[in-house]
Amino acid sequence: MCKAINIRVAGFGGQGVMMTGQLIAYCATHDNMFSLWVPSYGPETRGGTANCSVIVSTKTIASPVFANADVLIAFNLPSLTKYMNMVVDNGIILYNSSMIKDPVIKSGIKAYGIPVNDIAVNLGTIQVSNMAMLGAYMEFSGLFSDQTIEKVLEKFLGEKKAHLLGINKQAIQAGREAMIQVKE
Amino acid sequence: MAKQLMKGNEAIARAAMLGGLDAFFGYPITPQNEVPEYLSRYMLEEGKVFVQSESEVAAINMVYGAAAAGFRAMTSSSSPGIALKQEGITYLCGSELPCVICSVMRGGPGLGSIQPSQGDYNQATRGGGNGDYHVIVFAPETIQETIDIMKEAFDIADYYRNPVMILVDGLIGQMMESVDLTKPVKKRFLPEKDFATTGTNHHSRRNVVNSLYLESAELEAHNLALKKKYDKVIINDTRYELINMEDPDYVIVAFGTMSRVCRSAIETLAEKKIRVGIIRPISLWPFPNRAFETIDAPHLKGILVVEMNLGQMLTDVIVANNGKYPIGFYGRAGGVVPDPSDVVNAIGHFKDLVVK
Repeated sequence: MCKAINIRVAGFGGQGVMMTGQLIAYCATHDNMFSLWVPSYGPETRGGTANCSVIVSTKTIASPVFANADVLIAFNLPSLTKYMNMVVDNGIILYNSSMIKDPVIKSGIKAYGIPVNDIAVNLGTIQVSNMAMLGAYMEFSGLFSDQTIEKVLEKFLGEKKAHLLGINKQAIQAGREAMIQVKE
Repeated sequence: MAKQLMKGNEAIARAAMLGGLDAFFGYPITPQNEVPEYLSRYMLEEGKVFVQSESEVAAINMVYGAAAAGFRAMTSSSSPGIALKQEGITYLCGSELPCVICSVMRGGPGLGSIQPSQGDYNQATRGGGNGDYHVIVFAPETIQETIDIMKEAFDIADYYRNPVMILVDGLIGQMMESVDLTKPVKKRFLPEKDFATTGTNHHSRRNVVNSLYLESAELEAHNLALKKKYDKVIINDTRYELINMEDPDYVIVAFGTMSRVCRSAIETLAEKKIRVGIIRPISLWPFPNRAFETIDAPHLKGILVVEMNLGQMLTDVIVANNGKYPIGFYGRAGGVVPDPSDVVNAIGHFKDLVVK
């Protein structure tokens, strides 16, 4: 990796948007990379779209803000519509195909639909849909190993939520598998 | 030590504890709430003092009391809250009490917004308090630098017996970044706190902490002593960074988050064969006038000041530049954070941005 990767994660408040972004940043820090996470913390996050941006780099990070993302992770249609035009040429979009059907994507951008809500519901809880998306992104980017995300999740969940580690790991794995299928 | 991912506000709080914070007094306000939230838990765990006061005014006066008793005291707030603290700040300066004030800027004026801003440059460097006084103001650009300065801030405050302000915008407070809390910082020899009101068991004479001098000659002598101290700060603790300053076509002056945005912008500009350097003030008071004396650039077309306000540091740059080069200004306000492409465009339109 020679250049910083600018990632924008967006969705409804409650879909785990902030957590997804944070986990990417935690994983990068764990793997001795530089990472930076910026939330959108305005009043517009209540009930509306939530978004955050993450920068992952092997070098010191200069600007904490960027106009166009290399990667857009969209959990719902309003987010995809809002941020699709803020993706670089040759950029990629991962979208939640459980909620977004056959989106029109501008040319030059590769888009991958992952049915993260369906994956999560199949595992028994909709709450891990963001983890399925994280798994799909990990598979696509090849950025973080399973050991890295496991270590990060253990710390993130803490003792109180340690019992949720298993289901989160399952969702990540299912997201990885979905990405492999979509890529083919 | 390995790096960890930390939120700016929590890093400020942890670094303050590493810097020897004894007592924190604060009142909630976005976007700095994680500072008191973090301290409310960890200060008590370590048997230190944490008070959520009834108001900002109360908090700064509690800082006065704790500092007068010789403790390392701190408050933090955001723009309208810092406005309320101005009376306390001039009293702290008048009484020569060391303390640290953290200011996490949001949009203004008035209640403004909760989005990031650099609109309190003047509030921090000029202040709203009365009399001849200065607060030593540092404006870090990363969370790492915020930690490093915060860890040193109590030493600087104690050394000069003067308030030190850490001035960051809401973005630094709210974002998370990989940081190293163990990076060593400069240590200095600190005088005994013989002014502290610790009771006559500890000192024979009666210690009075006060900023009232009814005799004009006496007050003038006090003013001159303060002036001498401020001159010493200017000589010893003016801080700035020069970036890419070899024969630039343009020089950008920016602090805090904006200087990071400009770092990315000048990389893009370099690809377009436009050489741009950056003067990054780290101490806003004292302002690094001397950085401008070092400019040696035969091809320099001008200096562009970039701020998240409508031109506050600009005044200091105009003074420091002393009419030598054309000065342009690009600023956004109201909580808008310009991205690197905005700065690239601003350099492209420098002629239109020149301040008359």
